[in-house]
Amino acid sequence: MKPMLSVSELNAWYGQAQVLFGIDLEVQQGEIVVLLGRNGVGKTTTLKSVVNLLAKATGRIEFQGRSIRDLAPSSIARLGLGYVPEDRRIFTDLTVMENLEVGRQAPRANTPHWTVDRLFDLFPNLARMRDRSGGHMSGGEQQMLSIARTLMGNPSTVLLDEPSEGLAPVIVQQMVEVLKELKRQGLTVLLSEQNLSFAKAISDRAYVIEKGQIRFAGALTELLENEEIRRAYLAV
Amino acid sequence: MWEITTQVLTGLASASNLFLVACGLTLIFGVTRVVNFAHGSIYMLGAYAMVTFVSPMREYLGPTLGFWAAVAASVIFAAVVAALIEVVLLRRLYRSNHLFQLLATFGVVLIVQDLVILVWGADDILGPRAPGLTGFVSLGEHRFPAYSIFMIAVGPVVFLALWLILHRTRWGTLIRAASQDKEMVGLLGARDKLLMTSVLALGGALAGLAGALQIPMQPANAFMDVSIITEAFVITVIGGMGSMTGAFLAAILVGLIQALGIQLFPKSTLVLVFLVMAIVLVIRPWGLLGRPEVEAGGAMGEPPERILSPNTTRFALAALAIFLLLAPQFMSEYHVGLLIEVLLMSLFAFSLNFILGNGGLVSFGHAAYFGLGAYGAALAVYHWRWPMEAALVLGPLVAAAGALVFGWFVLRLAGVYAAMLTLAIAQILWSLAFQWNEFSGGDNGVNGIWPSAWAQSRVVFYYVVLLLSVAAIGALWRATKAPLGYTLRAGRDSPRRCEAIGINLLTHRWAGFVLAGAAAGLSGALFAFSKGTVDTHVLSVHMTVDSLVMVLIGGVNAITGPLMGGTIYPLLKAYIMPLTDAWRMFLGAVILLTVLLFPQGLAGFLSKFSRRFNSSTEPTSVSLRVASERGQ
Ligand SMILES: Nc1ncnc2c1ncn2[C@@H]1O[C@H](COP(=O)(O)OP(=O)(O)OP(=O)(O)O)[C@@H](O)[C@H]1O
Ligand SMILES: [Mg+2]
Repeated sequence: MKPMLSVSELNAWYGQAQVLFGIDLEVQQGEIVVLLGRNGVGKTTTLKSVVNLLAKATGRIEFQGRSIRDLAPSSIARLGLGYVPEDRRIFTDLTVMENLEVGRQAPRANTPHWTVDRLFDLFPNLARMRDRSGGHMSGGEQQMLSIARTLMGNPSTVLLDEPSEGLAPVIVQQMVEVLKELKRQGLTVLLSEQNLSFAKAISDRAYVIEKGQIRFAGALTELLENEEIRRAYLAV
Repeated sequence: MWEITTQVLTGLASASNLFLVACGLTLIFGVTRVVNFAHGSIYMLGAYAMVTFVSPMREYLGPTLGFWAAVAASVIFAAVVAALIEVVLLRRLYRSNHLFQLLATFGVVLIVQDLVILVWGADDILGPRAPGLTGFVSLGEHRFPAYSIFMIAVGPVVFLALWLILHRTRWGTLIRAASQDKEMVGLLGARDKLLMTSVLALGGALAGLAGALQIPMQPANAFMDVSIITEAFVITVIGGMGSMTGAFLAAILVGLIQALGIQLFPKSTLVLVFLVMAIVLVIRPWGLLGRPEVEAGGAMGEPPERILSPNTTRFALAALAIFLLLAPQFMSEYHVGLLIEVLLMSLFAFSLNFILGNGGLVSFGHAAYFGLGAYGAALAVYHWRWPMEAALVLGPLVAAAGALVFGWFVLRLAGVYAAMLTLAIAQILWSLAFQWNEFSGGDNGVNGIWPSAWAQSRVVFYYVVLLLSVAAIGALWRATKAPLGYTLRAGRDSPRRCEAIGINLLTHRWAGFVLAGAAAGLSGALFAFSKGTVDTHVLSVHMTVDSLVMVLIGGVNAITGPLMGGTIYPLLKAYIMPLTDAWRMFLGAVILLTVLLFPQGLAGFLSKFSRRFNSSTEPTSVSLRVASERGQ
C-alpha cells in the first residue's frame, strides 16, 4: 500500500549549519508513528521541513502520493495535513472559540469531520472556557486547544510536536486517550516525543533520531527490547 | 467658552480624518509588519479620484446621489490600487528588513507623485461642497461648518464598523489572528495570501474614503501624501502599531493638540505633536496600546565577500588618491563642483552606514544630522558673522549634540518604533526650520554662506573638502576596526549575547550614534559652504531618502558600499535629472529595482559576479555575523 506520508533523503539547514542528514521515513494510513530522540537531535526540524517551514531544505516529501515539497504551508494544510507546533502558538488575543474558528476548514471526503461540539466532547476542559482568551490558559489547556484547532481543519494526517512536553501526569494520561480516539477515528499521526512511556502507550512504530540521522526504525516493541539503542540514543 | 468648544470640535473633525488614514495603516502593519509609506499616496489618489469622478457622476445622478456615488467610486478605486501594490510589491517584501520596506514603499510614493502630476497637473484641484452639508451651525457667536459636524461623526462610526468586522466576522477573526502570528494562520490552512491582499484593500478603502471626504474642505494637491502619512505614522506610533483602539485614541489626542495648540504656539503645532509622541514613547516604548515587538525585523543579508586581493586594493587606493589629488588640474570647474558633491555625499552615506550596516540601528532620519551641521554652520555665519573655519567646527558639534540628545530617546526603542522616531525627529527639525522664520529664514533658508577669502576659489575649496571628508571617512573606517566597531557589530548580530557577557551595548551604540551624527554634520557644514546657501531641503525626508538610497545602491553590508553609492548617486542626479521631468519616478524605480533585485547593492552584486567568474578560492572576509535565523 502507498504510504500516507513519505520523506526521503531529507537534509535541512539553519543558516550555514546543517541539522538533518538524509532522513527517510514513512507513515502508513491509520498508523501512529513516533519520532524519538534527545533534545536538539532534529525532531522539530523534521516536522517543520514536512510543512515547508524551513528556509533551506532538500529531499523528497510526498503526501498521499503527491510531492508537497514546493507547496506553501497553507496549501499543504488544505490538502489535509495538519501540524501542531511544539510551542503551541495559540492566538492569545483570541478566545477559545475564535482560535477554533481560525482553524476551521470545509469538511473533506474520507476524513473525520470535526465540529466544535465533537471537539468539546474530546476535550471537555475546553468546553468550560469557550470565551476565555488564549492568553489566560494553562500550558496543558493551550496544548489541547492547539490540537483541537488543527482538527478543525478536518485533516487526514496530523504532525504533533511533543504533545506531552511539560504536562502533568494526569494531563498526559488524557492526551493518551485523545490520541487513541484519533486513531479510532482513522487519523494518521506522526508525532515527536521524548517520553518513552507516552510513546509506548499509543504508537505502532518508532524512528529514533540522533544528530540529524535515523538510527533505528521498527516496531515499538522491537525498540523496547533493544536495550543498546535505548541506552545510546534515548534518555532512559 | 464657545471659543474653546469650537476649537475642540475642529480638533475632533480633523481627528476623524486622521483616524481613517491611521487605522488602515495600523491594520496593514499589524498583519503584514510593513510600515507602508505608500498609504499616504493612496489617500492622495482617493482625493484625486473624487475630484475626477464627481463631475460626471453629478451630471448623471444629480448633485446629491452623484456626490456620494463619487465617494464610493473613489473608495473602490483606492482599494483596488492598494491591493495591486500588495500583489506587485509588498508581497515580495514581507521577509525583508524594515528599512528596505520603508524605502521601497517610499519608492512608490515618489512614483505616484510624478504620476499624479502627469495625469492631473501640478495645480490644486477644487472639488464641490457636500450636498446638504454646506451650511453652518451657530455656537454662541461662532459659526461651525455643518460638514465638520458630519466629519466628527465619521470617525466613531468607522471605528465601530471596523470593530464589528474584526470581532464578528470570520475575516476579522483571521485578521486579528494574523496580526499575532501570520505563519500559524497559514499553517492552519487559511488563504493567507488572499488575506494580506484583502487587508491592503481594506486599508486602502479607508485611506481613499479619507481622501475623498477631505475634498469638500481642501483641494486635491500633489503634496498631501507626505504630510498625511507623517501624521498617520505619529498616530500609529502613539497608539501602538497594530492597535485599532490605540489609533482611535491617538487620533483624537493629535487632533486636539493641533486644534488647541494653534492657540498656544501658533507656529509650532507640528513640534508639539512630535513632542507628545517622544514623551509617550519614553514612557511606553510600544505606544499606548501596542505590544512589544518580538522579532527585530528580517535580516539584511550576509556581507559580500571581498572582491580584490590586498595588493590590488592597495594599487586601486593609490590610483584613487592620485586621481583625487590631481583632478582639479584637468577638470572644469563644473566637474570639480561635482566631485565636491561626490565627496560630501560619500561622507554622508558612510556616516549613515556606520550605524546602519555596521551597527544594525535602523535610522530613517539621517537628514537631521546633515541638516543640523548645515544650519549650525550657516546660521553662525549668517547671524554672528563667524568665519568659515569656526563654523566648520560648530556645524559638526551641533550635529553631535543633536545626536547625543536624540540618541538617548531613539536607542531605547526597538525596530520599527526606533525608525519612526528617527523620522519624527528629522521632521521636527524640518518643521522648526520651516516655521521659525526669524532665525532660520523659513522656507527660503539663508544665503551668503561663502568660504573664507583664502578658500574662495573652487579648487582650493575642493582641497579643503577632500582633506576633511577623507579624514572623517578614514576616522570612521578606523572606528569600525576598533573595539567600538566590533562591539557595534556584535550588538547587531546578537544583542542578547552581548548583554549576557556584560557589554554595555547602549553606551557603545550611543557613542556610535554621536560619531555618525558628527560626521554627517561635517558633510552638511561643508555642503552649506559649497552651495553658499542652506534651506529646509537639507532636513527633509528627501535628504534622508537620498542617504538611504546611496547606502542601498552601494550595498548595506559592505564597508565600501556607501562610498560607491555616494559616488554613483550624485552623478546619476547630475546627468539624469536635467534630462527628465520625471526624476522622482526614475528614482522610485531605481529604489524598487534595487530592493527587489539587488538587495545587497552594487558591492554584493560585484562580489557575486567575481565569485562566478573567478572561482579560485579567495579568502572570504571575516565577519562577526552569526548564522542566526530567528523567526524560523
Ligand atoms: N531557529 C534555529 N536556528 C538555528 N539553529 C536551530 C534553530 N532551531 C533549532 N536549531 C538547532 O537545530 C538542531 C535541531 O533542533 P530541533 O529543534 O529540530 O531539535 P529537537 O529534536 O526538536 O529538540 P527538542 O527535543 O529540544 O525539541 C539543534 O541543534 C538546534 O540547536
Ligand atoms: Mg523539538
